[in-house]
Amino acid sequence: MSTESIPWPSATAGSRSFVDTLHEWVTTVDHKRLGLLYIAYALVFLLIGGIEAIVIRIQLIRPHNDFVSPQVFNRMFTMHGTTMIFFVVMPVLFGFANYLIPLMVGARDMAFPRLNAFSFWMTAFGGLVLYFSLIGANGLYGAGNAPDVGWFAYAPLTSQTFSLGHSTDFWTLALLVSGFGSVGTAINIIATIVCLRCPGMTLAKMPLFAWLNLVMAGLVILAVSPLTAAQIMLLVDRYLGGHFFDTQAGGSAVIWMHFFWIFGHPEVYVLVLPAFAFASEIIPVFSRKPIFGYPVMVGATVAIGFISMSVWAHHMFTVGMGAAANTFFVISTMAIAVPTGIKIFNWLATMWGGKLEFKTAMLFCVAFLFQFLVAGLTGVMLSAAPFNWQLGNSYFVVAHFHYVIVGAILFTLFGAFYYWFPKMSGKMYSETVGKLHFWLFFIGFHLTFDFMHIPGLLGMPRRIYTYEPGRGWDTWNLIVTIGVFFQAAGILVFLVNLLWSYYRGKPAGSDPWDAWTLEWSTNSPPPAYNFALIPTVESRRPLWDLKHPDDPDWKYE
Amino acid sequence: MSAPLNATALTLPAQELAWKPPSRGRVGIYALIAAESAIFTIFVVAYLFYIGKSLSGPMPREVLSPPIFYTVCLLSSSLTIHFATTTLRGGRVRSFAAWLLLTIALGAIFLYGTASEWHRLIYHDGLTVTTNLFGTTYFSLVGLHGFHVIVGLVCLCIVMALTLFGLVKQEYAERVEVLSLYWHFVDAVWIVVFTVVYVIGR
Amino acid sequence: MQSRGSNRWHGLRSPILLCVCCSTTAVADRVSPLSPTNIFAPASTPAKSILGLSLFVLAVTGAIFLVVFTLLLYSVVKFRKRKNDDGREPPQVYGSNQVELAWTVIPVLIVVALFMATARVIASVQKTARPENAIEVIAIGHQFWWEYRYPGLGVVTANELHVPVSDTNNPTPTLITLLSADTDHSFWVPRLAGKTDLIPNHPNSMWIDPHEIGVYLGQCAQYCGTQHAKMLLRVYVQSREDFDCWVQQQTLPSKGGGRASAGQHIFETTACISCHTVAGSAANGRFGPDLTHLMSRDTIAAGVATNTPEHLRQWIQNPDAIKPGSLMPAMQLSDQELDALTAYLETLH
Repeated sequence: MSTESIPWPSATAGSRSFVDTLHEWVTTVDHKRLGLLYIAYALVFLLIGGIEAIVIRIQLIRPHNDFVSPQVFNRMFTMHGTTMIFFVVMPVLFGFANYLIPLMVGARDMAFPRLNAFSFWMTAFGGLVLYFSLIGANGLYGAGNAPDVGWFAYAPLTSQTFSLGHSTDFWTLALLVSGFGSVGTAINIIATIVCLRCPGMTLAKMPLFAWLNLVMAGLVILAVSPLTAAQIMLLVDRYLGGHFFDTQAGGSAVIWMHFFWIFGHPEVYVLVLPAFAFASEIIPVFSRKPIFGYPVMVGATVAIGFISMSVWAHHMFTVGMGAAANTFFVISTMAIAVPTGIKIFNWLATMWGGKLEFKTAMLFCVAFLFQFLVAGLTGVMLSAAPFNWQLGNSYFVVAHFHYVIVGAILFTLFGAFYYWFPKMSGKMYSETVGKLHFWLFFIGFHLTFDFMHIPGLLGMPRRIYTYEPGRGWDTWNLIVTIGVFFQAAGILVFLVNLLWSYYRGKPAGSDPWDAWTLEWSTNSPPPAYNFALIPTVESRRPLWDLKHPDDPDWKYE
Repeated sequence: MSAPLNATALTLPAQELAWKPPSRGRVGIYALIAAESAIFTIFVVAYLFYIGKSLSGPMPREVLSPPIFYTVCLLSSSLTIHFATTTLRGGRVRSFAAWLLLTIALGAIFLYGTASEWHRLIYHDGLTVTTNLFGTTYFSLVGLHGFHVIVGLVCLCIVMALTLFGLVKQEYAERVEVLSLYWHFVDAVWIVVFTVVYVIGR
Repeated sequence: MQSRGSNRWHGLRSPILLCVCCSTTAVADRVSPLSPTNIFAPASTPAKSILGLSLFVLAVTGAIFLVVFTLLLYSVVKFRKRKNDDGREPPQVYGSNQVELAWTVIPVLIVVALFMATARVIASVQKTARPENAIEVIAIGHQFWWEYRYPGLGVVTANELHVPVSDTNNPTPTLITLLSADTDHSFWVPRLAGKTDLIPNHPNSMWIDPHEIGVYLGQCAQYCGTQHAKMLLRVYVQSREDFDCWVQQQTLPSKGGGRASAGQHIFETTACISCHTVAGSAANGRFGPDLTHLMSRDTIAAGVATNTPEHLRQWIQNPDAIKPGSLMPAMQLSDQELDALTAYLETLH
């Protein structure tokens, strides 16, 4: 049986001009190509955001340092946060979702391929708008400056009175534009999963990856829109003389916080659910067992989606909302810990009794389990409002959320890269270099983010361009900065591995991991049409059924 | 490792699929409506929160009068577009064109109503976006809705133009229905906005 | 306005005595060994309540961590694929309802316990009735300094908050109303209380009842602009006598004039008076700190520099050199004008 895909006339390498290739990529509506575009875009901004982090950490390596001015520092942390969330993590997760969902549900493409392309280019344009601020925004300080209001841009700091020039507008517009792209992708994901599943794949039979991205897409729809609304209100204030957040006219600064965090909290679940999706695919395969408790995992995911819309004001415990409101948000936040914890237990139970293979992807996922456990527990600490009155807005919070975004999300993302790289490129990466990446990054991550909790406990607030000596913060900040260089080294090793393996790696074949979901039934890389014949499935692990015809999953599910 | 699924001849089940998945267009438009509802919800919340909090300037009670006629026009346009899609499903394209034209006309009348109200408020009553909190929230909320009416009307006009060129046929009824769902949404939002601005807020 | 303090100080206005009584605060600067801003070294009831809760939360989360981490470590070691593996798949287990129930119910119970403990502390900190003899302070956040007004005592000062120590048997807490003149700020002195934000058009309040005399440090904890990092806090907790003495001194108008009248003339004829107040003179600006008793403060520019003549002179000459981005403009004065002005400011005790 031939395993070659039918060659398209234009598929022969080297026979087409650069302009033709460029045109093909720019006008593509193929979900796989768009997925790769998203991922490449995100990797570029990962480097830029990483440089911003390095600048921040060098400035904070010792008290009263003068590596950068306060103005530059404030732009650095604003740009670092905004870039990493909106132009690194969201695009890369959308990229993986775009690439994998049609393959996993047995479809030929996403539901709306042209909307897909539009969404990508909107997101990409948003990133360019944000960085154009470096040259385009005339501020009080001269030609060109980036926004410096923090990634959550609290009012009234963002009003014309306190933010002169256009830097804040670039922030607002960049996120407004990329927000349309995000909503477009979310609509696409929902329509694809609801409408384009292959025969036999009921919702209860589709991979957890699809479930988690479905709930993520629902959250994007409900959460990015409040941010869009708030951005429009901010623009009305800044340009039409409106008073939405104008405290002098009776407006409320607190209402911006509510609107922002109604977006901001579900947003972090938008970031973390796809990370769970990666873990839920990788851990079973390298444990050689199905995911433990699939229905409970689905239920927990949906519960997390719902509850996450009700916890937002735990970012505002110090704002003075009153005891009743504070108490409500304590209970809703603690409640969300329950389904989240259940997921951790289910992943553990998947590994339990299995045969664990520690390929690079699995190493990253095991580290994820450990780190996400810690991150979740520091989250529980932060959810106790009085404790939050001390810990909030300090480096404890910065350590907590980096533990989630880097320790959980970025780690599983690296796992996803290593797991699906053979499928996307057709080549195997170097396992040794992959493990080098893992250890460098693991050491760097823990040096930086474990020790970062301590200055928070000792009273160091966030977003300060320098700090006073004699407060006991110096040594910890030094260690935190040192860890950054290990992480940078790890990322460089990672990129080198990707590039080198793409050109020189061994052919991977369609199923190097002996996995069970539909994407592994296609060639590597898959042909443009994905499946010559749309498959029919009977269980959650169609390839297991094929490989074990005497012991198929559908007998037990 | 067995042959990849996409190269294996599969035996498809003899019976029909157990379920028929919904159309992509419908799911897509419902998702879009959900997103837009979230945006409007935030503007409505801001409006409600700021009721009574203006420090100065004209108050709603002094300057607002419920636009009953224009509301009836807009809500009737939901009815007319419903008839339009029904007749298109039935294959009667000329009838469809008539109902569609009526829908567009009613929508345009509503827009005219909003515009004339704004003209009176700005030039006669001295209420603008900058005047006070009421001005800011009122023009933003009603303006956002009006913007969505304009977008809807543009889409309807495009369909009208395609109909006049003879390109709209019975088999495209599903697509026109998807557009009509958007139009129904715009009308439903107006019900909420009307209640909040002209009933509760006054 | 007369101070509420005991009348025995009435009439003893000699500057020497004033200097002595108000410098006793500098002595008892007991600093926690690890850090003067350590949240685990509370010196006031709100901070102590928080510590109690935080230890409980840490214990619970620590226990959870140990259990789950041990299980993870165990599974990583015990279930790894051996070298002599026979290549067969392990038993395919799909789930277990009992286990799922167990690890749902137990976390729910833990959450209930944590929530009850938390709700109690919220109530105890946020809902306490205010006693009669509480000191009332209004703190107004500015970019990038702190304004303090004691309405009952007629005191207006900046950046260095003085409060009396509170005896646990007969507490004399300080109630702080938090307002803002511009953007959002946050008042955070970890050893005294959790932080509370200062938000324009949204008054907040908090209270402290420090049990030990000393100077407590903190800083603004809500990003408020360029010099957010240098909006430092110093709270001077004094014995009742020292506090009353301080209040007494703060309510006296400035003496001014004399040898420093040249400097006072410069102060009153340049833009200084449009931002600063010196009680008893023509200056009554509110945009910048009240300077009537500038020399009673240990630091200037919200803690950024010590209050020495050199630093004062530098500050007036070019604030950006000490605190770049602060809202005080460089006054473009000549060297003689600077000397005269500094000499005048040095008389503002």
